[in-house]
Amino acid sequence: MRKLKELVIERSLLLSALITIAVTVGIVLVLSIEAVNFFSEVSIIDFITDPEWTPLFSDKHFGILPLLSGTLLTSFIAIAFAVPVGLSISIYLSEYAPKSFRRTIKPLLELLAAVPTVVYGFFALMVVTPFLQSFIPGMSSFNSLSAGLVMGIMIIPYISSLSEDALHAVPNSLREAAYGMGSTRLQNSFRVMVPAASSGIIVSIILAISRAIGETMIVAIAAGQQPRLTFDPTVPVETITAYIVQVSLGDVQHDSLEYKTIFAAGITLFVFTFLLNTISYRIRKKFQEKYE
Amino acid sequence: MSKDKKESVIESSIKRKYKLQANDVKVWYGDFMAIKGISMDIKPNKVTAFIGPSGCGKSTFLRLFNRMNDYVDGFKMEGEINIDGSNINDKDINVELLRKQVGMVFQKPNPFPKSIFENVAYGLKIQGLKDKAFLEERVESSLKQVALWNEVKDDLNKSALALSGGQQQRLCIARTLAVEPSIILMDEPTSALDPISTAKIEELIYKLKDKYTIVIVTHNMQQASRISDNTAFFYLGELIEYDKTNKIFTNPEKEQTENYITGRFG
Repeated sequence: MRKLKELVIERSLLLSALITIAVTVGIVLVLSIEAVNFFSEVSIIDFITDPEWTPLFSDKHFGILPLLSGTLLTSFIAIAFAVPVGLSISIYLSEYAPKSFRRTIKPLLELLAAVPTVVYGFFALMVVTPFLQSFIPGMSSFNSLSAGLVMGIMIIPYISSLSEDALHAVPNSLREAAYGMGSTRLQNSFRVMVPAASSGIIVSIILAISRAIGETMIVAIAAGQQPRLTFDPTVPVETITAYIVQVSLGDVQHDSLEYKTIFAAGITLFVFTFLLNTISYRIRKKFQEKYE
Repeated sequence: MSKDKKESVIESSIKRKYKLQANDVKVWYGDFMAIKGISMDIKPNKVTAFIGPSGCGKSTFLRLFNRMNDYVDGFKMEGEINIDGSNINDKDINVELLRKQVGMVFQKPNPFPKSIFENVAYGLKIQGLKDKAFLEERVESSLKQVALWNEVKDDLNKSALALSGGQQQRLCIARTLAVEPSIILMDEPTSALDPISTAKIEELIYKLKDKYTIVIVTHNMQQASRISDNTAFFYLGELIEYDKTNKIFTNPEKEQTENYITGRFG
């Protein structure tokens, strides 16, 4: 009887593990099959080099570059904002702040990641954009700067919290060594702690990048839905994710070429996030070896 | 590099007769009284050993001389610590400068996860010294002082973490020597090392006392008797006896000291 119970438990655990794997494999398969269908009709060279993305127009162009530039531009703005802010927060919390303050602030910061992204999207559109427009005349109501900045706020906790964990995990003996040598707090932070925690910090940044690249709601609401190959942050753009939403929710006929474009766009996105995750996995593994 | 800075570093190397002095020092961690009023003079250019059972306050007391307790939660202190007549807890004392004068070697070797060269050059670099030839010369002379130069001279760019424990500890001593402090505090520097590495470090300490005032906390009584000139016995936050090492180990005044060194407790 007991053996049977053990067996049932073991099998059900195995089953849940298999389900997650099956779902992942299924997603990759569907993406790949539909993407292959798409590329049998559209040449992959056009896909990569055509500077226009107009699958829904009568004059169809299938160049991913405008969507990719939209994604990269908003993500870059988000990262450029979130890395310095997030790192400063993590260094402050780990090396300067009193313990009690750290204990209160850290969970509060992590709340930022719990705000629904649709709220962020409207915050960008209704608050940040009008605010930016008062400085930047001629800025469009939909633009990548506002969407990028708000996305930056959203990913701050990814960087601050994970980097703080990494800094906090640096053995106290190194802190003592640094202070014992006559380091100031600043020297201790930047010459000893940050380099010692660098792998963890890099992983946190990569995770934040992949979060930014995959983010949908904020950019769909605040960045506009106009595929445009540009690096001007004041004009409307469209990201890969926003395009997928637009088509999925629109009245495009299933199985049409227009519909298949979302799988081509999806697989492009997948390749990027997959690469980033692989890099962060590698770095984490190297990091573990170093400290064991 | 500014010439002034280089000179100020060199100047600090001129041998000064640093004298450490504690006046009725009391320390609390929260409500716990760790040091219960200790006064003592530590002689320059000698090795002074602090011995006593765990929790007797010897490490806490040692760390007062470079103010390493400042970061400990709930730390509170009364009394005076004077180095060469000036109170190191005065408001206008620059604690970073103090720690350059009073170097410290810790219980567990704690090299930075940087190259051997960067480890030894660290203290000079944070003072703003950038002259490469000067740094190289100082790294070499520091490593030679700890007898590590021959072992690592071809791998100066290798990570310090690749060294053995004993080598790491000698590297940490070299790192401390590179900024030419006057006083070196050692907090059980050999407790994490094997006997051969321990012997090397002891030999090194013996040589260093010509140039430096050394205060060493140790659990190992043979070590205290081998390398120190004076020994202080601490018990439960009090200084029980402080005298010439020879006297402490052969003919102590106090019964508690005798009980401890003969291994009856501790």
